Amino acid sequence: MFLARLANPSRFLTLTARVLPWLAVATVLVIALGLYQSWTAPDDYQQGATVKIMFIHVPNAWLSMFVWMMMSVSALGTLVWKHPLADVAAKAAAPIGASFTFLALATGSLWGRPMWGTYWQWDARLTSVLILFLMYLSLIALWRAVEDPSRAARAAAVLTLVGAINIPIIKFSVEWWNTLHQGESVFRMGGPTLDRAFLVPLFTMAIGFTLLFITLHLAAMRNEILRRRVRTLQMMQADGRTA
Amino acid sequence: MSALGPYAVFITVSYALVALVVAGLIAAIAVDYRQQQDQLRRLEESGVTRRSSGKMSEQP
Repeated sequence: MFLARLANPSRFLTLTARVLPWLAVATVLVIALGLYQSWTAPDDYQQGATVKIMFIHVPNAWLSMFVWMMMSVSALGTLVWKHPLADVAAKAAAPIGASFTFLALATGSLWGRPMWGTYWQWDARLTSVLILFLMYLSLIALWRAVEDPSRAARAAAVLTLVGAINIPIIKFSVEWWNTLHQGESVFRMGGPTLDRAFLVPLFTMAIGFTLLFITLHLAAMRNEILRRRVRTLQMMQADGRTA
Repeated sequence: MSALGPYAVFITVSYALVALVVAGLIAAIAVDYRQQQDQLRRLEESGVTRRSSGKMSEQP
C-alpha cells in the first residue's frame, strides 16, 4: 500500500525529492494560466472589476477548510493508526493553512469594502472563518510550547479533531443564518450560479493554489523530518553517544 | 489601472497581498530547509550519527 510505503521517513525524503521539482513547475504554470484568465475575464455586470478578487479569495477560502480537514485525517492517523508521518503532515500543514485563512479573510475584507460598504461584519460566515484562523494559531502555538514531539502530537491531534466541528459550521453558515456573505454559488444543488466566464478562471486558480499547497506542504514535511532528526542527534550528543 | 475601475486599489492590494504572503511562505520554507541541513551537517561532522543511516545531510 502506497501510504504504508511512505511510512518510512527516509523513503519519503527520497520520493519527494524526485516529485517536488515537477510539482513546482506545474504549480507555476497553472497559476500563471489562472492569472491570465483572471485578468482577461470580463467585468461583472454588478460588481465591475472587483469580481477579480473572487479568483484569489475563493481558492484561499476553500483551501483554508481543506487543509484543516487534511489535518483532521492526519490527527486520526496520529491517534488511531500511529502513522509516523501523520503528525509531521499535520504540523507542516498548519502554518500554510493559517496563511490561506488569513488571505481569505484579508481579500474578503478588501472585496467587502467596495461591495458591502464595510471591511468587517460580525456575521456567521466571517466570524466562523476568523475562529478557524485563531484555531490554526492555537495549534501552531501548542506545537511550539510542548517540547516532546509525541506529547505535542497527541494534544494537537485532539485539538484538531475538536476544531473540525467548525468546518461544517463555516460551510453551511450562509444557509443556517442570515449573513451579509453571499450564499453558495459554485457547489450547490442545481449547479453553479456563476457564468462560465468566471467559473473557468476560478477553477484554474483553485487547481493552481491546490498544487501550491501540495508543493509547499511536501517541502515543509521534509523540513519537519529533518528537524526531528536534528533533535534526535542533539539528544544523543547530550547523552555522549554516537550510536 | 484605470481599466480596473474606481476600486482598482482594492483589487491590486488583494493580489499584492496574496503574492507577498505566498512569497513569504516559500522563503520561510527554503530558509528552514537550509537551517536544518546545516545543523545536521554540523552534528555529523562532530561524529554524531544514527544507526540507520550514513550522512543524512546529503540525503535528498
